[in-house]
Amino acid sequence: MQMRDFVVRFAGEGGQGVVTSAEGLAQASTQVGYHALTYATFPSQILGGPTWTQARISVDPILSAGDDVDVLVAFNREAYDTHREDVRDGGLVIYNSNDFQLDGDDRSYGLPIDELARTTGNNRAANMVIMGALAHLVNMPQTYLEEFVEARFRRGRANDDEIIDSNNLALKLGRDETSQSGFVLGDLTPPEMPEYPQVMLKGNEAISLGALAAGLDFYVGYPISPATTILVFMERNLVGEGKFAYQVSSEIESITALLGGGYAGKKAMTATAGPGFSLMSEGLGLGWMAEIPLVVVDVQRGGPATGLPTKTEQSDLLACMFPAHGDVKLPVIAVGTVEECFFGAVKALNWAERYQGPVILMTEMALAERVQNIHRPDLSKVQPERRMIYDGNNGYNRYQGNEISPMPLPGGPGAYVANGSEHDEMGDTTHLPSRHVQMTERRFGKLKLLEENEYEAENTNEPVAVMPWGGSKGPALEAFNQLQEQGVSVGWYYTMLLSPLPPKLLEELRQKELVIVPELNYQGQFSGILRSQGVNAVSITQYTGLPFKVRDLVKRITEMNNSHRKEMVRA
Amino acid sequence: MSKKNPEYDFKWCPGCGDFGVRRAIEFAMINRLEETGQPMENNVVVAGIGCSGNLVHLLEGQQPYGFHGIHGRTLPVAMGVKMARPELNVVVVAGDGDFLSIGGEHIGPQAARNLNICAVIMDNGVYGLTKGQSSPTTQLGTVTSSTPYGKIEAEADPLELYLTLGATYIASGFSGQPRELAKLINQGMDHEGFAMVHVQSPCTTYNDTYELMKGNARKGIEPLMYDIPEEHDVSDKGAAYNLIHQRGLPVGVIYKDETRPSLQQRLEDIKAKAPRRSVEDLMDSFAF
Repeated sequence: MQMRDFVVRFAGEGGQGVVTSAEGLAQASTQVGYHALTYATFPSQILGGPTWTQARISVDPILSAGDDVDVLVAFNREAYDTHREDVRDGGLVIYNSNDFQLDGDDRSYGLPIDELARTTGNNRAANMVIMGALAHLVNMPQTYLEEFVEARFRRGRANDDEIIDSNNLALKLGRDETSQSGFVLGDLTPPEMPEYPQVMLKGNEAISLGALAAGLDFYVGYPISPATTILVFMERNLVGEGKFAYQVSSEIESITALLGGGYAGKKAMTATAGPGFSLMSEGLGLGWMAEIPLVVVDVQRGGPATGLPTKTEQSDLLACMFPAHGDVKLPVIAVGTVEECFFGAVKALNWAERYQGPVILMTEMALAERVQNIHRPDLSKVQPERRMIYDGNNGYNRYQGNEISPMPLPGGPGAYVANGSEHDEMGDTTHLPSRHVQMTERRFGKLKLLEENEYEAENTNEPVAVMPWGGSKGPALEAFNQLQEQGVSVGWYYTMLLSPLPPKLLEELRQKELVIVPELNYQGQFSGILRSQGVNAVSITQYTGLPFKVRDLVKRITEMNNSHRKEMVRA
Repeated sequence: MSKKNPEYDFKWCPGCGDFGVRRAIEFAMINRLEETGQPMENNVVVAGIGCSGNLVHLLEGQQPYGFHGIHGRTLPVAMGVKMARPELNVVVVAGDGDFLSIGGEHIGPQAARNLNICAVIMDNGVYGLTKGQSSPTTQLGTVTSSTPYGKIEAEADPLELYLTLGATYIASGFSGQPRELAKLINQGMDHEGFAMVHVQSPCTTYNDTYELMKGNARKGIEPLMYDIPEEHDVSDKGAAYNLIHQRGLPVGVIYKDETRPSLQQRLEDIKAKAPRRSVEDLMDSFAF
């Protein structure tokens, strides 16, 4: 049987190599031209705890982690018990027979992973034993994996050969053992190496690189899952003349230090998750009020409070759009793919500079930890924007006029007070009603500068359309493609610019009879926002801490589409 | 603001200590300008919320940059400004409520970092702008609007707190002596590290401590304030501790540690060793 697509789930205890196995498989496969995408979920503890990671390997570009598991690699009994039901009919279980024995499951076989690794003389080759086994199951040529081993372990060390040999031996042992089991799944179609240059990135790495490409100068942050990896990246890489990356003592310090940095002229950013974002509320209001450019990345996890720190959810949208008390509406960009993580970060920093205020970049746990091969972003096409800076001219006042105005920077001409109280054009506190009216309108008016018509649209003549946001894009797009194949006609819209929405998109959406919004929260937050803007939007919600399954979306979109059409006929 | 601004309607009460602190900060910035030749625009005054924070709008003459943000967060804002632009002279002005109560969590980390800024704390022992509630430095047992039967907690000892947390310059001053206070502030600005100038700045409406500070011979009241004797060794932490715990309020430089590098210096030293990689180069490390 030919397979274009192959889904493996690795499940076990934290520290057993669950994540490294999945990422290793993804890397090995992309190396020879396949596409790969991983989905990871972690226990919220340092060592141990049940954990699993899924890798999907495909001949075609991948949109989601895959509904059905072809192979489950169970490192322990608990993992087997928990995940067995997700293995598709005709799928297989490889269990670590050094850890437990299994009877009565005729779609399983034991692989003595640790023992085989030990016989290679390299205990760390356990991953390779598994990869060898998987390669046999889908009839992947041994050379593919050997190429990967060579690329990964040839580092110019004295013992390179020894390490490479032991890994190749591990591959062979896994393969031989599996061949003796008699199981095969099919033949994975040979890959077609994409003609464009590629990089293999996690979502948070893509955000970090995008921010650097956009000219980030200043990063402060406080550790919080799943945003910490951005802080770690910046501490390591945001160094050099005029650059600053630093771990501060709380998210209140993060946002207020960011305000200081942005005020002093730097492109400033932090990343956090729900609880930290809540602590930034007052500071974000100050950024809006005093007109200070900065970017806050919210890597969403399950909430509220401590919630589900290591699970995925899209439940911070309302908090991100309206993060502070008073009349505030912050620009929000929500990314949906690893590639968008890069370009979304560029856009967020550019927006902050352009409208001189805080911008929220939303991403989510599943995307932050997702490893994916993407088209290498072309840095020469990134166009960093810089705020209008006041360069001297007597009598200028910072908050002059009803529109955006040049920003004086400390050390240069135009000294003023950046003020969080309502202020006049010099930045001095005022309580005049007419001034509050003017300044409020000035602040909201600047959002016009961010109206861009960047969005995806397909089947625009259909009265019913699907419009996901953020990380639900992948499964929703896969569902949309399946619906197309099944002859179900619905439209498709998507943008990462959630606020302000592209004006033309909004116009189109208002013409629709029904806009279906798949989103991972209970309240249907985005559809509520759309309804408030005159769009007849209804959500498909899910709040399990897990991403959507494509199958569920296909079913629910079909149902909603059908019942809508019936109603229209009755009417 | 350099000229009268008709829209700005805030006023300190007659006799408010903050007038003297404002004068002292103006003196200090002018002194610095003359000493260093840097423009006034190289000074950034980061103000807290409360009567004292309004100082940033009330400065007369040549104008520095100002930041009037949110309650309690002067220190991290100041850190942002300073670490973004180390060449700027960053001064914090905040009251005892702003700095020691809601903002108290920020003192320890900045002291540990030895952030190179100068904080001028205007202590009037009361929340003035909200009309007279008890603050961290209000004396135990004092009746205020929020402590109708007397204040329940012991009063904070800010000087001891700064010393314990590791501030590397600690001075104590009085708003009634702006020239002398300016000198303490100037030393704080010149100090390469976390400088605290704690100022008694009485509130004539809710907590008038002028008589207590200066004494009144006719009433037989001994002054609480006294000048720190010349023989006091400012580099001796133990001596500083003893000074703080003597009866009365010492005025002058209490402690100074010039051996600890500032946050800026440490970062420069540490990050000088870090590899500097271009974005293209970083991207390469993810290519395959």
